[in-house]
Amino acid sequence: MDSQTLAAQTAETGHIGHGEHPPYLRHHFENAPQQREAATFGMWLFLLTEIMFFGGLFCAYLIFRNWYYPAFVAGSHTLHIWAGTLNTTLLIISSFTMAMAVHAAETRMRKAIMGWMIVTIILGCGFLCVKAYEWHDEWVDHHVPGLNFSPESFLHGSKAYPDDKLSLDMAEKTQLYYSLYFAMTGMHALHMIIGVSLLTILLIQVYGGKYVNGHVAPIENFGLYWHFVDIVWIFLFPLLYLISRHQ
Amino acid sequence: MEQQQGEHHEHEHHLHLPHGPSEPTHHEEHIVSPKVYLIIGTCLLILTATTTAVSYIELGAFNAVVAILIACIKMTLVILFFMHVKYSSGLTKLTVAAGFFTFIVLITMTMTDYMSRAWGRW
Repeated sequence: MDSQTLAAQTAETGHIGHGEHPPYLRHHFENAPQQREAATFGMWLFLLTEIMFFGGLFCAYLIFRNWYYPAFVAGSHTLHIWAGTLNTTLLIISSFTMAMAVHAAETRMRKAIMGWMIVTIILGCGFLCVKAYEWHDEWVDHHVPGLNFSPESFLHGSKAYPDDKLSLDMAEKTQLYYSLYFAMTGMHALHMIIGVSLLTILLIQVYGGKYVNGHVAPIENFGLYWHFVDIVWIFLFPLLYLISRHQ
Repeated sequence: MEQQQGEHHEHEHHLHLPHGPSEPTHHEEHIVSPKVYLIIGTCLLILTATTTAVSYIELGAFNAVVAILIACIKMTLVILFFMHVKYSSGLTKLTVAAGFFTFIVLITMTMTDYMSRAWGRW
């Protein structure tokens, strides 16, 4: 742009290039929809790297489950199915409330955004509390490999599953199940903690009047992240809790 | 590429040529109605109840098949509706599809290798 054009434009619109676009539009984008599209594209690329990351853990789980099948079945039998179901329910409802928060941002309703965000934060924290309760149980039962583990409970069968009598060698292999269990649920919980923290920051920003002028990309992209974390749990739940019930 | 070449031209005529939604990089945003979210949320809860209930029925190897199938249905619902992919641009759809395709290729090849090495011993 030469100086003449610049001067003409400045005279016409008051200042350079700001005449007819919203304040949140960066200058390297043509218009707001293009900026939003680019943000969505970038967010999805990030989520794809996350899929590969969790995918590696899922793959390891499937392979080792085939190798040490009895150990993985016995390990899975020690989890509380009610806790897994409750957590799945909490996460699905939180995904719904997050979708509603994005909708409220799109329709520019500040109070509604904040309300749905607060409900989402509460549900996310509820999930983490149930998870913490489960981890505490596993600690008490000596099922934490490396820190507090004993194969004892797998040698004689449990009350619910009297047939779970493993040889000492196979009972030791349940550590592999618990290692993957803690790695996967731990990484998932870390994502939840990051999610709740980011959501709290967004909530404070919305309280301060941000994102209510049609600038929904940050909230929408956070929504994508939150739903992704939900999807990871949608697969963790059957793989860790459900598929070994009857084996 | 075409976009970049046309950029200089577009800047000069910025005020005269407002870009319509027909531009390939521009996608008309669609606001999904709360009713859709409510229906999808309810479906997800029903599927969760179903997968838990089915896990109590003895189906042998099919317990795992059914559980993973239901998880895939749930994932599809979340991606299409909660994550707006159904209403997104071709670019977003292609990105998501390409990512999942690559992921499935990686998993399939790895599992094929592990299964064929221990052929007959599992």
